[in-house]
Amino acid sequence: MEYFLQQLINGLTLGAIYGLIAIGYTMVYGIIGMINFAHGDIYMVGAFIALMTFLLLGFGGTPFVAIPVALVIVLVISMLFTAVYGWTVERVAYRPVRGSFRLAALISALGMSIFLQNYVQLLQGARVKPLPPVIQGNIQLTSGGDFDVTISYLQVMIIVLTVVLMAGFTWLIHNTSLGRQQRSCEQDRTMAALLGVDVNRTISLTFVMGAALAAVAGTMAVMYYGVIHFFIGFLVGIKAFTAAVLGGIGSLPGAMLGGLLIGLIEAFWSGYFSVEYKDVAAFSILVLVLIFRPSGLLGRPEIEKV
Amino acid sequence: MTTVLVPSRPDYRRVFNEAFMAGLVALALTVTMVGLHTVSVQSRLVIEFRPADVAGAVALVFLGRLGIGLIREGLLIPVGSLAAAIALVGLFIPMPSDVLRVILVGGGAVLAIRSAWGLYDARGGAAAAEARAAKGTLMDRISAGVQAYTPQIALVAGIAALAFPMIVQERYWIDIAILVLTYIMLGWGLNIVVGLAGLLDLGYVAFYAVGAYSYALLSVHFGLSFWVCLPLAGVLAALAGLILGFPVLRLRGDYFAIVTLGFGEIIRIILLNWYNVTGGPDGINNIARPSFFGIAEFTPAPAEGQVAFHELFGLEFDGIHRVIFLYYLILILAIVVNIVSVRIRRLPIGRSWEALREDDIACQSLGINRRNIKLIAFTISAAFGGFAGSFFATRQGFISPESFTFLESAIVLAIVVLGGMGSQLGIVLAAILIIGLPEIFRELEQYRMLVFGMAMVGIMTWRPRGLLAHREPSVLLHGRKGRLRSLPDRPARPAAGGLRS
Repeated sequence: MEYFLQQLINGLTLGAIYGLIAIGYTMVYGIIGMINFAHGDIYMVGAFIALMTFLLLGFGGTPFVAIPVALVIVLVISMLFTAVYGWTVERVAYRPVRGSFRLAALISALGMSIFLQNYVQLLQGARVKPLPPVIQGNIQLTSGGDFDVTISYLQVMIIVLTVVLMAGFTWLIHNTSLGRQQRSCEQDRTMAALLGVDVNRTISLTFVMGAALAAVAGTMAVMYYGVIHFFIGFLVGIKAFTAAVLGGIGSLPGAMLGGLLIGLIEAFWSGYFSVEYKDVAAFSILVLVLIFRPSGLLGRPEIEKV
Repeated sequence: MTTVLVPSRPDYRRVFNEAFMAGLVALALTVTMVGLHTVSVQSRLVIEFRPADVAGAVALVFLGRLGIGLIREGLLIPVGSLAAAIALVGLFIPMPSDVLRVILVGGGAVLAIRSAWGLYDARGGAAAAEARAAKGTLMDRISAGVQAYTPQIALVAGIAALAFPMIVQERYWIDIAILVLTYIMLGWGLNIVVGLAGLLDLGYVAFYAVGAYSYALLSVHFGLSFWVCLPLAGVLAALAGLILGFPVLRLRGDYFAIVTLGFGEIIRIILLNWYNVTGGPDGINNIARPSFFGIAEFTPAPAEGQVAFHELFGLEFDGIHRVIFLYYLILILAIVVNIVSVRIRRLPIGRSWEALREDDIACQSLGINRRNIKLIAFTISAAFGGFAGSFFATRQGFISPESFTFLESAIVLAIVVLGGMGSQLGIVLAAILIIGLPEIFRELEQYRMLVFGMAMVGIMTWRPRGLLAHREPSVLLHGRKGRLRSLPDRPARPAAGGLRS
């Protein structure tokens, strides 16, 4: 039981990170119908920017800024600069091929992903970049048994921050003019444009928001794992996309649910079966869900138009 | 790209504003990633500042955007000559750093070419430009020409490929040619699924891996020769395709893509972790090299009871014999794949694939069993991947999961799509561009993949349907001649389709 609880906590933390990235995938897919393959690498860029900001604030040795202040600074800087990357990727690689052949956008995205990985590798080196723990200490939930269940402050922070961000984001999509514009573009871009929605701006902002959320995930990852390198975006990106598909692509609550499920599956699989095959588990679940429920858990079934 | 130039007063303010914004974005992009360099000092990370590089990048983007804006406003000659001058300065006058030189030469040359292109387009005034636009762009005309003369071009290319090792006789170049041919073969194999049947397979490398490991395991454990294993590897890969294909082929579009990607990764993870069989990350070593059709060996001193290749033909021993043999081996394999896929297009099954690609609902309404024909495409393509994989294993003599990453799938897919979906010659062209060129520029190792990624984006924005786009049905009602005559009537590019096909 204690072991189960511990895996649950680990899985929730992982799921929070996946969920934040999955939102970026699902929004982009919803609005322009393409798999943004470079999104995992945007997350990696976010993690690097967060790492650099931490280092600038002295977290490589003795920090000279209080931890809460530093966290806010790092999050803001990482979100801001990563958002510029998201915007640029859309502007450079996706807008010119939008509306043309479907595979063109996908190849363009693959190219962008390869470019970003090598760009970071070239500039920052291929070595693993370590960061000493920023937040230490944990809360003991149970004691006395053969296994103490603990939740670290970092995990609490990750889960709380994710919940806050997701709530804020849901509010943004449902209650603001920008959210309305996004939803209208998602339904019918041509009609939205006719009704005075600036489609290009809306799509750009979608990428900006997705990248900002990915940056938060990257910041969390660099604190949680303590090491990053230029290739982390690939596998996490695929799993986050898996999460988006699992939840029903195009659906925001679906992405969150999918992220959570993928995180939990991964944590329980590594806890009870084998760590080596945890990625196989995630993919197998994906395949099963797609075969038996192709529109995902919360997605609407796709209507075929002839 | 045929902009009709209007001789009005250039809007300098707008051009400057755009360039300023571009510079600002460049600053935001580079100030973190380029400006801050994380270096390890005594197992601790510290930040190094690189302000000069940031300034250089921002200046390049600002000036480049300014130049492009001015070209668009009609100042072709001044901008073009200035850019050419800058490129020449960068080329001939020593610069403090190589980066600066690359920036000057590259940026200047791009701007100069762009303005020269604009001048070329503007010749003869607006009327001539419009007439040219109606005929389609240069590349469209080239693709149409290539399509019309495909048999002749293929013949010439075939003869050139046959003669290649005789003319070059240098191991380095033949090795590159073998690599390019391997990718051409993979491209042709994948083209059956992607180009003909219109299914986006992101896990093709799985079958490549199955083929390679089948050969390696059969050869190492059972001592079977390459010539026995080659068909076996193909069969095993086809079987893998059948097993994987059965559940996933019900899916459509992007779901199919992501599941194939998942399968590709699953196979790689299994290879990495099934230590007893696959050797895990260590891979499999000492894989037998192919013999000369089982008659002779390519060794200076063959084992008892076997003949050496050079003795058989009375030649001096030379290591290059094996390389040349491998070259012809992969050439033949590739040509077999090509012939099979060209012929199969004309069979009912091939026509069903093309119909499926164009509209799968219509296809189903005509009584075509969608899943079965998809499965056939998937299986045949997997078998070809398996052949290529076993060739890869025998050529390398060593395989490990490292060689079968998602990047391989992405490269093969890029070859198919960049070449122009469904075009056999386009794939050859794309393979030479994507595999051959980077191999030749080996010294620029670290920039290779960077440029590769950029090139993928660039080619897709320039020609979204691939270099030699070919989407005409293989079988036509009135034969090829009738179609060609009516070609100019069609719009140069088909109207943009919806995103969800």
